[in-house]
Amino acid sequence: MSVLELKSVSVIYPPATKTGEDVHALENITLNITGNDFVVALGASGCGKTTLLNVMAGFIQPSSGEVLLDSKPIKRPGADRGVVFQQHALLPWLNVIDNTSFGLMLQKMKTDERTKVASKYLKLVGLEEFQKHYPYQLSGGMRQRVGLARALTSDPAILLMDEPLGALDALTREIMQELVLDIWRKTGKMVFFITHSVDEAIFMATRLIVMSPRPGRIIKSYNLDFYQRFFKTRDARRVKSQQEFIDVRQEVLDIIHGDEIRIDQG
Amino acid sequence: MSVTNSIKEVSIKNLSKIFGRGAVKPGESYGAPGVGSSTAISVFTSITLIFLWWFITNMGWIQPLFLPTPEAVLKKFADVWSEEFAGSTLWGHTKASLFRVFGAFFLACVTAIPVGIAMGVNRIFRGIFDPPIEFYRPIPPLGYLPLTIIWLGIDDVQKITLIYLAVFAPMALSARAGVRSVTIEQIQMAYSLGATRGQVIWHVIVKGAMPEIITGMRIGIGFGWTTLVAAEMVAAEAGIGHMVLSAAEFLVTDVVIMGIFVIGAIAYMFDLFMRFIEKKVVPWKGKM
Repeated sequence: MSVLELKSVSVIYPPATKTGEDVHALENITLNITGNDFVVALGASGCGKTTLLNVMAGFIQPSSGEVLLDSKPIKRPGADRGVVFQQHALLPWLNVIDNTSFGLMLQKMKTDERTKVASKYLKLVGLEEFQKHYPYQLSGGMRQRVGLARALTSDPAILLMDEPLGALDALTREIMQELVLDIWRKTGKMVFFITHSVDEAIFMATRLIVMSPRPGRIIKSYNLDFYQRFFKTRDARRVKSQQEFIDVRQEVLDIIHGDEIRIDQG
Repeated sequence: MSVTNSIKEVSIKNLSKIFGRGAVKPGESYGAPGVGSSTAISVFTSITLIFLWWFITNMGWIQPLFLPTPEAVLKKFADVWSEEFAGSTLWGHTKASLFRVFGAFFLACVTAIPVGIAMGVNRIFRGIFDPPIEFYRPIPPLGYLPLTIIWLGIDDVQKITLIYLAVFAPMALSARAGVRSVTIEQIQMAYSLGATRGQVIWHVIVKGAMPEIITGMRIGIGFGWTTLVAAEMVAAEAGIGHMVLSAAEFLVTDVVIMGIFVIGAIAYMFDLFMRFIEKKVVPWKGKM
């Protein structure tokens, strides 16, 4: 079982202007992701969610603290952490199957072998019929599914998802939430998922961390089980309209909003 | 009567399209600038221009010394095809010019594109190549033509070098700009799938820069044709530019015009070919 650990991680960006001050993007973040955790980070823009993901992905080195995957420090990006971007980041000159198997091609896997692996994951995201299509021929939701399948092909220990549904329309977004949950259940991967949609966060998370900006830090953490109710009933809208769900949402909104007011006054 | 009416109607309809009054038909988008096919109009313009040329010259309004008739130019084409003019037949001149232009173009492709990519991905390469390229780029090739003659003499090496220099800069700068059109997400994506730096450069950056590289090749070959006549000004024995310049010395205007048409036609055909290649290589251009 894999473990991703963040120990007192801080990230300080240099000032944007000569006279400006250092920007404390993250301050003293401690977080453990393990088993089949689906950790959702929620917060207003500028609260350091993406910085946190970039640290886990190995794109940014923390200013202090440690980031460990299975007790080994993360020093650079690698295939053991699959990243799904907000803007799908597909390569427009490759068709769906070649985009999906791109990582395997980089690892020099043989063509027929990597096609087999990629087909398996394309089937999982429901795109097995679109192997020969090019990205510009796909809808936004389908592009994101290719991005998800691609991240899965190298069998990473954790999926890092940076607002993967942020650019989709509301209806596609609901469908994709269910798809992501189903895939998470089938593959048993750890997931770190960023969103600024409160509903999405509460619905999908096994653990929800609410973050606040300047300096970016975790102000509240919840263990939730609404995803289980969805697995039982297969009725996402009903789950989201349960009184308990609404209560949690209200509380989370109060926290985020209260924090904003405090910052405005301070 | 009805004809003039319908003409009036058409022109009013077009005016309203141009000035964006009145709602458009379903399927068109209101206010979109310059939509619709222009092929028919272009054909009409070309035919009109040639007709005007034919009409004016045949009426004898302009002396053949200044502008010969289209028939005379066409006849010269046939004449020079079979008989030598200024030291060679038309095919001989064309061959010499094609060798120079495409030789220089080929050399520029294999050097300018890698240099441009290297400038885009590496600050050291950018630091090294930026000053010389930006310094010589705005200088007209005619400006450094004498220098290439002093250094390299007057044979094909000098001519190809001159054309090569003209082609190199736009191609290198386009390739460099192409690197910037690759998104940071695409690059990070490749690294997060375990790519090496070399793999990122080849599989993401070079391929992502292809639209700009091809545009650069089109612009580059254009500069090549522009420079050809300059390159063939001094001590050439064959070449379309040489043919045109010799003809101009003896005021053989029909050969001058015929030569211009040959250069224009070849350049245009090659550009059509490049557009075809562009469609094949980067069908996704402008769609994502």
